[in-house]
Amino acid sequence: MRGPGSWTVIKSQLISKLTAENPHLSQHDVERVVSCVFGCMEEALVRGGRVELRGFGAFSVRARPARTGRNPRTGEAVSVPAKAVPFFKSGKELRLRLNASGDA
Amino acid sequence: MNNTLTRADLAEAVHQEVGLSRQDCALLVERTLDLVVEALERGETVKLSGFGVFQVRAKSARMGRNPKTGEPAPIDPRRVISFRASQVMKAKVDSAFNSRQLNGHGRDGLPTGSLDRDGVPSDRRVANAG
Repeated sequence: MRGPGSWTVIKSQLISKLTAENPHLSQHDVERVVSCVFGCMEEALVRGGRVELRGFGAFSVRARPARTGRNPRTGEAVSVPAKAVPFFKSGKELRLRLNASGDA
Repeated sequence: MNNTLTRADLAEAVHQEVGLSRQDCALLVERTLDLVVEALERGETVKLSGFGVFQVRAKSARMGRNPKTGEPAPIDPRRVISFRASQVMKAKVDSAFNSRQLNGHGRDGLPTGSLDRDGVPSDRRVANAG
């Protein structure tokens, strides 16, 4: 059940695991569930909305104003247009769980 | 109009889309998120093609400040999540945002106002309220 590098989990691994945990469901259904979950989140963000998942975190869209950037190779000034970017803020519980081991 | 998607909305959407029982759907939504969290807890990266990448980053200790009092306050080393949306999602979010800007306000496609705290453009709020 390992994909690219043992420190990475990819979608198909989540699906295999969920399928193994739910023997009454077909892998095909689980696949559709997982793509629906992340697809719905994406859709909400595309609409300009927010996704709020207690304990996990919240996704939102942030506007970035236009700015003058530089081509790092040539040092030339280039104007970077305003844009909107997806943003994720981890939830409190996730932050606590990440720092539970050790002294934090 | 509710602009925020929650677990319940996800479970309902999965139920509508896949047709499994509501109970199964709620459980699967929960478990999907859990599996992501568990992997991150182990320090692993989670890659969801088309969606994005969740990564754990170790931050070292530093001196911060209590923003209220201005007093220096040490910040312990900690682990944080960084999420990078996929190129596909970034492009979709940006172009949808720009077309909303163009339809509603101004012709330059620049975000007219700042987004308020929850990331919803204030002008969109007004549009939705009407």
